[in-house]
Amino acid sequence: MTSDSHAKLPIWTKVAVYAALIALSIPALLPLFWMVSTSLKTDKQIFGSAELSLKTLIPTPFTGHNYPAAMQNMPFLLYLRNTMVLCISSVIGAVASSSLVAYGFAKLQFPGRNTLFMLMIATMALPGQVTMIPIFSLFRAIGWYGTYLPLIVPAFTGSAYYVFLLTQFFRTLPAEMSEAANVDGASEWVIFTRLVLPLSKPALATCALFQFIGSWNDFLGPLLYVNDPAKYPLAYGLQQFVSHYGGFFAQLMAAATIFTLPIIILFFFAQKTFIQGIATTGGK
Amino acid sequence: MTNRTNYRARQHLVGYLFISPWLIGFAAFTLWPFLQSIYLSFTRYNIVSPAKWVGLANYRMLLTQDPLFWHSAWVTIRFALISVPLAIVAGIALALLLNINVKGIAVFRTIFYLPSIVPTVATSVLFIWLLNANIGLINKMLALLGVTGPAWLKTAPWAFYSLILMALWGVGGSMVIYLAGLKDIPVHLYEAATLDGANAVRKMRHITLPMMTPVIFFNLVMGIIGAFQYFTQAYVMTPTGGPEDSTYFYSLYLYNRAWKYLDMGYASAMAWILFLIIILMTGIVFRSQKKWVHYGG
Repeated sequence: MTSDSHAKLPIWTKVAVYAALIALSIPALLPLFWMVSTSLKTDKQIFGSAELSLKTLIPTPFTGHNYPAAMQNMPFLLYLRNTMVLCISSVIGAVASSSLVAYGFAKLQFPGRNTLFMLMIATMALPGQVTMIPIFSLFRAIGWYGTYLPLIVPAFTGSAYYVFLLTQFFRTLPAEMSEAANVDGASEWVIFTRLVLPLSKPALATCALFQFIGSWNDFLGPLLYVNDPAKYPLAYGLQQFVSHYGGFFAQLMAAATIFTLPIIILFFFAQKTFIQGIATTGGK
Repeated sequence: MTNRTNYRARQHLVGYLFISPWLIGFAAFTLWPFLQSIYLSFTRYNIVSPAKWVGLANYRMLLTQDPLFWHSAWVTIRFALISVPLAIVAGIALALLLNINVKGIAVFRTIFYLPSIVPTVATSVLFIWLLNANIGLINKMLALLGVTGPAWLKTAPWAFYSLILMALWGVGGSMVIYLAGLKDIPVHLYEAATLDGANAVRKMRHITLPMMTPVIFFNLVMGIIGAFQYFTQAYVMTPTGGPEDSTYFYSLYLYNRAWKYLDMGYASAMAWILFLIIILMTGIVFRSQKKWVHYGG
């Protein structure tokens, strides 16, 4: 058990703890509840009642028509498809490339390895603003502006964050294992694909999950590179929706709800992967 | 002998091949743009025509003739000074509460973590609605208490505080890191302290907080870097920089300079000043760690 909390707590302490937990849950959850509740209200319910009461908190009766309406004003399925294209290709790119690079750093010997590794860690501190403009002009010069390539291709060059995470993980794998395989004449490629990767599923899942969410949420990338409304991903489409239909709160909240829901569902399915990933990168 | 050197060289080559995706990415998307950005900061460049060397003109202009530069830098620094310490205190307080072993605590951990996984654009859109002056939830709740809430995003000091409030809502992200830090504190330290007759306050002061300093340090550094790059929320909620430019963050101004006015040389100079500020701030924090961060037992 942890710290000093395993001692049996007096009843009043328990009551106080629960009171604090419940009191703090309200500001955490109420905004999300309000988002969903607004999305199920009619305009009359939204603009009509000034006073807040239990009756205005929960829409009675509730209406589902904001969802189809929002999907009409914002081509949700098209944006969803675009987002999925971006998410899936960057997840494949990031996991494949980062695991390769991490294996190189963790298990192979070559001159300059540690220096390069430190250099890679250092790049994490470089603010994106510094490289943003030259990269933009590079992609524009080679005709990638307006395509998804600037949002996908960089993912295939390994992300420092995932490489770091995977390197830490690969180092925990027993060295005898790959030595034995080496003696048997297996190449590094075989060791990597047949032995290391299958053993690293949890760490790979963490990277895949973070990259998926990162791409799902990415706003600046599409803002810089996507100019055709038919290519908008959800995050950018939602922002465009606000700037055009800012007053349509019910539809806006319906759109925000369907944009958020998949991430919340994903979180509930992968809660462990989530928390472990954050804890390992933050702790050490 | 040559066989052996060959083998060694082959092994090295295999190593470089494995890290080659990163090597290519580093050259193309970090090193080259990094150097190019230094050069561009000394030019006038609108992306359509070639960059024209102007020497120190951009920097001189920024530092002496551009009040918006100083203003946006100040907005950003003020945001960092307020939001980072607040997030640390709130994050630790929540983590301490969630570290108490009562039934159902896992459910509360999930509840407090939930806001931090909501996509940034969705959070921003949600807060535009929550902070609506007339029919937003927050002002409706204030009305119940008999308080007339401000026009949050439409008046000068409040727009800024709206963003602080929103940042605080997402504090669950760092809370998880603090919680992991708390779980790493060895139980025997507390047991020894109990034997010595230490009370809860002393344990907190002499065990919990010192043991947490590495995690606090990590969150402090990440918080500073994050605050200086704060962009999406400001752009979605106040695309023009808010009332009286009160939410005209540095990165928002940089973006507008580069992509609205196509002043890419000037924006590059801004990016470099940003970089130097971040290095300076994190440098100060790193130097200070000897004084307050405890590593190991």
